[in-house]
Amino acid sequence: MQGESAMQSQAKRIYALMWKELIQILRDWRTLLMILGLPILEMFLFAYAVNMTIDHIPTVVADLSMGERSQTFLDAMQTSEFFDLELYTSSEQQVIQAIESGKAVAGIVIPPDFEAQIDRGSAQVLIIFDGSDAYTVQSGYRAASAIAQTQSMVVVAQKLQRAGAAEFSPPVFTSTRILYNPNMDGMIFMLPGVIGILLQMLTMNLTAMSVVREQELGILEQILVTPARPFDLIVGKMVPNILISVLDLAIILVVGIYWFKVPFQGSFLLFALLSLLFIISGLSMGVLISTIAKTQKEAQQITSVVLMLSMLLTGMMYPRSTMPPAVSAVGGLIPVTYYLRIIRGIMTKGIGLTFMWQDVLVLVIYGLIVIVAAAKLFKKRLD
Amino acid sequence: MTDEKTIVTKNLVKQFKTRNGVVTAINGVTLQVHRGETYGLIGPDGAGKTTTTRVILGLLTRTGGESSILGYDSMHDTYQIRERVGYIAQQFALPGDLTVMENMQFFANIHGVSREDQKKRIPELLEFAGLEKFTTRLGGKLSGGMKKKLALACSLVHEPQVVMLDEPTLGVDPVSRREFWNLLGNLRTEKGMTIFVCTPYMDEAERCNWVGLMYKGQLIAHDSPETIKAMVPGRLLEFTPSEFAPARDLVAGMEGVTEMQTYGLMLHVFVDDLDRRQQEIQATLADQGITCAGMREIEPRMEEAFISLIHKQESYERSESTAE
Repeated sequence: MQGESAMQSQAKRIYALMWKELIQILRDWRTLLMILGLPILEMFLFAYAVNMTIDHIPTVVADLSMGERSQTFLDAMQTSEFFDLELYTSSEQQVIQAIESGKAVAGIVIPPDFEAQIDRGSAQVLIIFDGSDAYTVQSGYRAASAIAQTQSMVVVAQKLQRAGAAEFSPPVFTSTRILYNPNMDGMIFMLPGVIGILLQMLTMNLTAMSVVREQELGILEQILVTPARPFDLIVGKMVPNILISVLDLAIILVVGIYWFKVPFQGSFLLFALLSLLFIISGLSMGVLISTIAKTQKEAQQITSVVLMLSMLLTGMMYPRSTMPPAVSAVGGLIPVTYYLRIIRGIMTKGIGLTFMWQDVLVLVIYGLIVIVAAAKLFKKRLD
Repeated sequence: MTDEKTIVTKNLVKQFKTRNGVVTAINGVTLQVHRGETYGLIGPDGAGKTTTTRVILGLLTRTGGESSILGYDSMHDTYQIRERVGYIAQQFALPGDLTVMENMQFFANIHGVSREDQKKRIPELLEFAGLEKFTTRLGGKLSGGMKKKLALACSLVHEPQVVMLDEPTLGVDPVSRREFWNLLGNLRTEKGMTIFVCTPYMDEAERCNWVGLMYKGQLIAHDSPETIKAMVPGRLLEFTPSEFAPARDLVAGMEGVTEMQTYGLMLHVFVDDLDRRQQEIQATLADQGITCAGMREIEPRMEEAFISLIHKQESYERSESTAE
């Protein structure tokens, strides 16, 4: 030990701690498999099960008019692909029954005097929704209104033509162009969200659980009486876990880009650097949690609360613009909010630092605070 | 060299703040451990043995007094102490998912032991601990006794001058306990190592050269085991009365009986004059129709001395509180 600089012995200690941590991670292959498999599972779940665009709504129909025009309207509903006309009944009562029994989610009732109503110029179609599914009601209502509107246009055009007008074209059209995601592909929106949430959950849990477990078992006390400094312990704990987190991120990216064909527009280097910062601050957050939590159960409770808030408030699934200011402010305290905006900016829009320096600044400041706090609060003593 | 002090505390105080106020775990402990000595800190559970060990090691913040190892202050020279001292915590655990060999290498590396030294030292220590056949076994898969031996081997890998062991044989079978203490004996005779051990077992205390008796945060006696045993006045009679409860009450009130302790259905009675009191006790009990089986004089052991000293301390405290 003589003739060795302080730096050299510190490097040795950190090496010893990293080596131990790595062996432990690799030997616990069940956990490792879960860590590496979970993102893939999650992506497929989000992509195929949690589909946010609602179409093909099972629909029950009572066409009491049985006319040519009602048939045209129903055809339009069917071809829109928003509604699947699956069940035909003969009364409003039966339509409601079908919805109540869960055979359909939406119902269409066309009144008996539909043809006459159209001629008079004020026809009404009754659309019934199962209100317990708010998403379907929203999408379905919008779709039904649009279809009715188009149908009205057709009827008006026919009337005008009969009245002698040569060519009819409606005076106003809205034209929408969706930037960055022209096909409204859900995965383009979801992938950055999945990255943000998974990294947050993974990094916090990795360090929090492993430090608290060592504390509970008494391993920490045995390591604390070695010459290892708190800095050595933190670096030794973090580096192997950074590797795991980066590997996880790589898996998500590869599956996202090659399987789900999510485009990556911006600078990969910028993405990698900011993700590394986010990973390190997440791991530091875990160390901080471990200084508060006394048992693994407590640590788990804290991380689940953070995870739940992150999923709801950071814009991962629900747009932050529609939140009341107070709720949105709480979301603003969670770093995932900024990381999500940043990686959506880089991946989907391909923008650089000039457009998002404020978000990057917040992330950097948060990272520095958490890392310094973790290093300060991680004790070299037991009390 | 013989009177060189390895561990020193002076009026050591440790207080914990709890929700119900301040608890004093160590209340002015002064002790010295000399080089090459095996010092046993004995006392009932909750006496403050673990806390004392942790404060001396600098694992807990000291509230008052002084404490040092090898001249290094517990609070300020924490890392000098950690480079020179081996320690096994009471609720210790080594990483269970590392093998015996990996555990040894981990502690060697973290202490900065060079590769060449490791090549020589680790096989030696494994042989010393009787673990040379289990190098590839996972730490978590070892038996209780083997875990303790591995912990001892790991705590010695940096060739410390002092080892501090907190109840090292807790939950270990008697055979392994004996083996473990034989290992400690070898360390003392072959390497001249200073060993500081906390234990609630009196037979282990007898294997130390110096014993400190801790009770309610205070050191109520410290001396060699022989002297401590001699501290109890009078001689000791052991017997098994045919009727336990009445015999106990009768004997306790007799003249010349300085102290009485119960061991299961046996009575241990300290008397001032052996021949005279033995006859008196037998006669008194015979009057009540109680016979005494196997009455004989025995050497007081640490156990009797320990209980006697605690009784004395308790009655002293009672008189103190009534005096107020």
